[in-house]
Amino acid sequence: MISLLLIIVPLAGAALAVLWPSNRTRPRLLPAVGVVHVVLAFWLFINPPAVAPGAWLGFDALARAVMPMVSLLFLVCAAYGVSYLRIRSERPNRVFVAVLLAVLGLLSAAHQARHLGLLWITTEAVTLAGVPLLHFNGTPRAFEATWKYLLIGGTGIALSLLGSFCLGYASLHGGGVGDLTFTALTAQGAGLSRPWVLTAWVLLLVGYGTKMGLAPMHTWKPDAYGEAPGLVGAILASAVTAVAFTAILRVRAVIGAAGEGAVADRTLLVIGLFSMLVAALFLLGTRDFKRMLAYSSVEHMGILSIGAALGRAGVAAALFHVWSNGLTKGALFLSAGNIRRAAGSASMDEVRGMSVLMPRSAAMFVTGMFAITACPPFAPFFSELQVVRAALASGHGLATAMFLGCLLLAFFGLTRVVLGIVDGRPRPTAKAKGKRFVETFGVVTPPLLLLGLSLWLGLFTPAILREAWSAGTAQLFPKP
Amino acid sequence: MGLNLLALGTNRLPSLIRAVALQGVALGVMPLLMEYETLNWRVAAVALATIAGKGLVIPALLRRAMRAASIDREIEPFIGFVSSLLLGAGGTIAAVAFARALPLLPEHAGTLLVPGAIASILTGFILLIGRVKAISQVCGYLILENGIYLFGLLLIHSTPLLVESGILLDVTVGVFIIGIIVDRIQRAFDSLDTRKLTTLRE
Repeated sequence: MISLLLIIVPLAGAALAVLWPSNRTRPRLLPAVGVVHVVLAFWLFINPPAVAPGAWLGFDALARAVMPMVSLLFLVCAAYGVSYLRIRSERPNRVFVAVLLAVLGLLSAAHQARHLGLLWITTEAVTLAGVPLLHFNGTPRAFEATWKYLLIGGTGIALSLLGSFCLGYASLHGGGVGDLTFTALTAQGAGLSRPWVLTAWVLLLVGYGTKMGLAPMHTWKPDAYGEAPGLVGAILASAVTAVAFTAILRVRAVIGAAGEGAVADRTLLVIGLFSMLVAALFLLGTRDFKRMLAYSSVEHMGILSIGAALGRAGVAAALFHVWSNGLTKGALFLSAGNIRRAAGSASMDEVRGMSVLMPRSAAMFVTGMFAITACPPFAPFFSELQVVRAALASGHGLATAMFLGCLLLAFFGLTRVVLGIVDGRPRPTAKAKGKRFVETFGVVTPPLLLLGLSLWLGLFTPAILREAWSAGTAQLFPKP
Repeated sequence: MGLNLLALGTNRLPSLIRAVALQGVALGVMPLLMEYETLNWRVAAVALATIAGKGLVIPALLRRAMRAASIDREIEPFIGFVSSLLLGAGGTIAAVAFARALPLLPEHAGTLLVPGAIASILTGFILLIGRVKAISQVCGYLILENGIYLFGLLLIHSTPLLVESGILLDVTVGVFIIGIIVDRIQRAFDSLDTRKLTTLRE
């Protein structure tokens, strides 16, 4: 019952936000709902409920392994949102606040969806709900980004619907009844019709891969993340991609049960390495620090996909990486948002010397950059180390070498842009603008908190989290 | 399938929208014709909702967006009208041939359901890629969705009503949102030519 509250509370909050009269006090609904959601999510995390096998919705082990991160990240972004919307008080925020809360509710539903059709409906709804968030700034560039997001994201998600139907037909053709719950599909296992299973896998991987941002379906990502406000970027890059990733994991479990796990793993490995390579090359070329974050996100989606291809140890490492990437990316997006507001531009051709103008945000941006490029002792180092160990243990020497090579290239690309905007002497025009943006407590603390969480997760990974990740993994693989 | 070719061959947006609307109605009638012996209220509800959503609501939204933008012609497509017709016709023939090779259940093997679905998906992609006006691209997206929906009819007995209606609702809301964005693009760029959307690039 409590797991349903995770969905209902944010949606009720969204309805309340629509009705709320005051533009000034409305944003306070965000952290209020966020706190309730975090309390519920962690209560469920510590006391996991029993989920009926045929249930369409449930806080199962996989949801338990990911949901608390989404909830925590949303709370921090919500707290940031209050200060952000105060700065942007010239724009009406009714739609923005309502949609942000609705996204949280739909994300909670998508994480808990145990039915292929329901999963599709909620993911599509998240995609559509993201639209008003992306064009909050109302500039022509923002509308261009939104259009590309809608068209590419919409086509991708349509293909995953086709994939869902194919998987249903695989069940019918194999003599089943076409029940689309993951439990029923996994139970039918080898009884699923092989050609339809493979078709479904390709379509679902392309569909949810588009949502996740795996190359070559990543092209909407730099535009969308580049033009959206920082906190929207943080939620898209950490929470929405996590939903798409768990969707792929759930589908992968069905494909594995149908006896095609080896094929699925091979495609995941190849598409993951390709994403890392593409991201690393674009990171070396981009001059915009918000687009840079998008390419870094593509790279980390590649890491997740590689982890998912490496069996039990790899999937557990990937779930760890969902947390470490999510929290660290959140810190990066929020501090980048601060710098972007102060500098009035996101291009390294125009932005320089931010360490002078915005000392705190710049320091967090640089620290976050080192964290996301896997410098110890931050969490991404440990999760990526686990992925590498899983890869070496399963004999993927060449893939590991490519993986490390791409990480190195990405490190060059990220340091080039980040140090380029932080170092040097600020431009005279930027100086005048910098006066208007003050680094208040409200915009500095949230990214700092996320960095602190990333550090804590790296240094003292709690045993209960490790247990949740291995339980989530165990749900996906049949008992040996 | 003839409607697909009409959609590819026309350069007038109203006839394109009409083709999409007719296709939506045909999609709604399809389950009624397929199941007329064993008609139950669930199938009928899905059929009615489809006719209302895809045949009436979505085309009306598109017409409104078109009027707001005061354009009714696709002038310079990326892929010409004749070549897209030829591509579409070739695609349709290929779809029929391909569907024969697919492993289908005996009760589905003889029908034109699967080839129709594949042909519509191909048509949708041709429109998405080959047209430059935002509204034509949306129509392409809808034909693609219709194709997928047609394929989904194979599963009409096993998919619960909730899922069917959820899918339909998502598509309708999607088109509604697309309509709003089209309107905003029109205001921001003073045109619906997607070739102008090229500021964001590396």
